[in-house]
Amino acid sequence: MENMLRVSSSPHFRSNDTTRRIMLDVIIALCPAAVASCVIFGWRSLVLIAVCIATCVLLEYVSRKIMKRDNTIGDLSAIVTGLLLALNLPVDINPLIAMFGCLIAIVVVKQMFGGIGMNFVNPALAARIVLLVSFPGPMMHWVKALGAPKAAAIDATTAATPLAAEPGTYSYIDLLIGRCGGSIGEVCAIALILGGIYLVIRKVISPIIPCVYLATAALMSLIVGLDPLYQLLSGGLLLGAIFMATDYTTSPVTKWGKVIFACGCGIFTILLRAYSNMPEGVSFSILLMNILVPHIERLTVPRTLGYVKKAKGDKK
Amino acid sequence: MAKKSLFKEFSKGIIKENPVLCLVLGTCPTLAVTTSASNAIGMGVAATAVLVCSNAVISLLRKFIPDKVRIPAYITIIAGFVSVVQMLVKAFAPAINDSLGIYLPLIVVNCIILGRAEMFAGKNPVLPSILDGLGMGVGFTAALLAMGIIRELLGSGSLFGVQLIPLQILIFILPPGGFFVFGMLIMIANKLNTRSGKKVKTTPCDGCPMADNCVDKNCDNVKKEATENAD
Repeated sequence: MENMLRVSSSPHFRSNDTTRRIMLDVIIALCPAAVASCVIFGWRSLVLIAVCIATCVLLEYVSRKIMKRDNTIGDLSAIVTGLLLALNLPVDINPLIAMFGCLIAIVVVKQMFGGIGMNFVNPALAARIVLLVSFPGPMMHWVKALGAPKAAAIDATTAATPLAAEPGTYSYIDLLIGRCGGSIGEVCAIALILGGIYLVIRKVISPIIPCVYLATAALMSLIVGLDPLYQLLSGGLLLGAIFMATDYTTSPVTKWGKVIFACGCGIFTILLRAYSNMPEGVSFSILLMNILVPHIERLTVPRTLGYVKKAKGDKK
Repeated sequence: MAKKSLFKEFSKGIIKENPVLCLVLGTCPTLAVTTSASNAIGMGVAATAVLVCSNAVISLLRKFIPDKVRIPAYITIIAGFVSVVQMLVKAFAPAINDSLGIYLPLIVVNCIILGRAEMFAGKNPVLPSILDGLGMGVGFTAALLAMGIIRELLGSGSLFGVQLIPLQILIFILPPGGFFVFGMLIMIANKLNTRSGKKVKTTPCDGCPMADNCVDKNCDNVKKEATENAD
């Protein structure tokens, strides 16, 4: 008789979403960009991706072991971090530097703050910025992509990123298919957009952040007098808007919070691109907004159902 | 308060109450000048000299300084010694004077020195005050030196100006790296303190310079002291 009654606590209604499935979707969405990077920059980008993923997974395992916490390799989040970090690096970077980046991402930013879901900024992004500040030379050394226009090449092997190049060097088509210099994952705009569409269809990310981010960036470039479409397609903007800014842990949960967050990212990106002495501003702007997320969420707490606003001057 | 041995007054500043890593005082010079090991030693020695001298003088004058104007009086004494130290450094080690820059005269407002004057030298006899200043100074110098060595070695690949390794991770000599190394050292100091068995004291009134004049009657520490005085 007792076995007939099943007593359980809430929640009674579960979706099939698990961290593992979501991370798997992100990995699938990043595949076009990864494949494109191998086509554009050759086998070395494959090696870089493999090194980053392997180091991240290993470090995640070791640091969880040292901290005597349960093992979280199975949720695939370390693979996503490694893949994202690799896609943010130039192809000819020293593997040791890439491994140092993995150390920053996994051990310092992620595990020291409590592991998945606890990090206050995006691990891959923080690692990229630490590397950029620590090794400005190797991090800004862009190898000439396959089939990039000759005018872009400073010498036989290096090419300027579209953001630092002379205007008119690259056409929109070059930017769309990735015939330009840059980090291995950011050059091919089509592959990134494909990944973004897949994520939205699978409902892994909401389209609010990428769309508002890109729209604000376009509007801001109009205001400061830059070519909006060129700005959207070049540099890490698409990679940042689709894969970095939409990270669950470090973006707001509320709808209006997302809008504010994405607006801030867009404004700071273009301001940094136009007026700072660095060619790229995507990573810095997303990092800045990541830090502001708790405050944005406090501002945009949704009203509970049935809540009536208190009249002015009515105390308690 | 039970009398502690003189050695304890000296040794407490090194790990147990390390001014930088446990009391978290004087963080400004700590983060600013530790980009190289030699800077760190220069800063540490200068601050120690000021600390010992000012502790001694303040302890001698503690019965003559009116309570209401004690802070200006302390600052004047400390400023006098800082001027002396600065002139000495300028005369005998101009290179260190150049690299420390504004942070050398800023020892005047270093929290550690005023804090020890307020917490210790103003209430204790001369000898313990000198030892307290010396211990705190050694602790300060040791913490600075540890930070300076780590940051110089990783950030510019050298130690005391001698190039050792070809690797340069620039972030370590920039402010973010300074904060990072600082946090790591605080973590190690906490670990050392908790490992030795005793829990680190965290009552808010411990070491608070205002504890004597505290008017919060609900505070447990004040109540305890009141009952002790009644006995």
